[in-house]
Amino acid sequence: MTLGLGEAEWAALTLSLKVSAWAVAISLPPAVAVAWVLARKRFPGKALLSAMVHLPLVLPPVVTGYLLLLTFGTNGFVGRVLADWGIVLAFRWTGAALAAGIMGFPLMVRAIRLAIEAVDPKLEAAAETLGAGRAARFRTVTLPLIAPGILAGVVLGFAKAMGEFGATITFVANIPGETQTLPSAVYAFLQVPGGEAAAIRLVVLAIVVALGAVLVSEWLARRVARRIGQEAPR
Amino acid sequence: MSLSVEIGHRFPGLDLDVAFEAGAGVTALFGPSGAGKSSVVNAIAGLLRPDAGRIALADTVLFDAAQGVHLPAARRRIGYVFQDGRLFPHMRVGANIEYGARFAPGGLDRAEMKRVVALLGLEALLVRRPGTLSGGEKQRVALARAWLSRPRLLLMDEPLAALDEPRKDEIFPYLERLRDVAQVPIVYVSHNLAEVARLADDLVVMQRGQVVLSGRAEAVLSDPKALPLVGIREAGAILPAHVAEHGTDGLSRLTLSGGELLLPGVVAPEGSTIRLRVLAQDVLLSKAAPEGLSSHNVLPVVVLALHRGMGPGVAVQLRAGEDVFLARITQRAATEMGLEPGMTCFAILNATAIPRGSIGGAAGVSPG
Repeated sequence: MTLGLGEAEWAALTLSLKVSAWAVAISLPPAVAVAWVLARKRFPGKALLSAMVHLPLVLPPVVTGYLLLLTFGTNGFVGRVLADWGIVLAFRWTGAALAAGIMGFPLMVRAIRLAIEAVDPKLEAAAETLGAGRAARFRTVTLPLIAPGILAGVVLGFAKAMGEFGATITFVANIPGETQTLPSAVYAFLQVPGGEAAAIRLVVLAIVVALGAVLVSEWLARRVARRIGQEAPR
Repeated sequence: MSLSVEIGHRFPGLDLDVAFEAGAGVTALFGPSGAGKSSVVNAIAGLLRPDAGRIALADTVLFDAAQGVHLPAARRRIGYVFQDGRLFPHMRVGANIEYGARFAPGGLDRAEMKRVVALLGLEALLVRRPGTLSGGEKQRVALARAWLSRPRLLLMDEPLAALDEPRKDEIFPYLERLRDVAQVPIVYVSHNLAEVARLADDLVVMQRGQVVLSGRAEAVLSDPKALPLVGIREAGAILPAHVAEHGTDGLSRLTLSGGELLLPGVVAPEGSTIRLRVLAQDVLLSKAAPEGLSSHNVLPVVVLALHRGMGPGVAVQLRAGEDVFLARITQRAATEMGLEPGMTCFAILNATAIPRGSIGGAAGVSPG
């Protein structure tokens, strides 16, 4: 057995990394915003918003994928509008990124929300009395303090995106070089006779990438914790 | 620069209705827990928006319910030292202090920072994490941070309440220095009368959301009506005294407007002026000049007023020279002595009973 990768396998790996990175990058700002609203605000319909955010976590991924297709497909009500502007998501890698981002969204919101809830609002009030406006308070006090939570959310979201299969294959199918991510490729290789060797190579690759991501995130988490003084004895 | 506060706010279980003025120096908001003191300073800082009223600092209107004015806290330029310090855990001490100047007009002035750091004795702490500081050190850092924001008014909400007695004694000299160099009014919240007596120039006594007494600290603390409000055990006047000389036997000779006292444990240098706290229950009265007494501290006094309360005690307001203070004696003793306003008699102050911590140092005294 060789670990020398074929073109299709390399394509699947790089595509998965690209899709996951974009998925996290695009869903992070709204995840922070929604986490903030859920952690700090009180309003009617908050439970509903929370349920909506968690929906991708509890729905069968195929259902989410199909709903995406209905919405963002070329004939979907959003997809049609986007198509007029030249933006097509269905059966494109951008659609894979959208699907992966939506599937990882609840995990990111959850991690970041817990971090925001752990920040003492009194610290923000102290910054306010020192002249820091709303944006400055967030940037100088809240954001550094929730950095570990954001990091955890990013790692979770990235891992979810790397492993996303059901919604992706439903929404953007399994087109080599365009939408064939790592899990889709494993699935595809298993469907053809003699594809096991390639599938196993991809499985090993997936394990290496996952382990690497976990190790890097642990190291980052330790660094961030040290920087914000959470290790210091009380 | 003076602060004028007149606010009303309805909390569940507490109706806040407060009006007072705070000028130069330290104005203490004194009262039991739950009296609404913290809510008042939060309203001044802009962290609480009252239902009604008006708050103005010099000619800046900070809050006016009728006009719909509510200046955001970030734009009020009011320094706030919280009971729990509230240092930013992700910044070192130096960065915490610099944060104070970050949004201040003119930004950070290194020379000013150096001066404040030296004044509060923080040189050795600058690279430490807030989590590694003691309670007293945290409060000193919080003072420096608030100070560097160039506030037009400084609020302190029980800054010493979380500290034990030795730590309080450690931080007091710094507070007194700050008070003496501060060009801005300070509003100091406390439920501890010893602190208030040591620091306050003016005193606002609050109870259940209302101001029940206010005025110069000496006047309020020597007002018999204040006795039940501040607690019989804690009640006592503050008297200014001049340190005439330190004796070789450990006693210092202090001159007051109405006589002389000999006290141990006075650390202020000769020639300086200090505050004495004379607890009402540590003052005895005698109709005749006492002789053969173990105490040297006898002042001739004039009885100004008697205030009979609910219990067996009587608060007697006395004047020695220009100073007014209180004695708390029993109803029966007052009757037997035939005490009435205008009478002259002698007050015996048990000097050793005056706690060491209540002898406030004068400006410029080095701590410890």
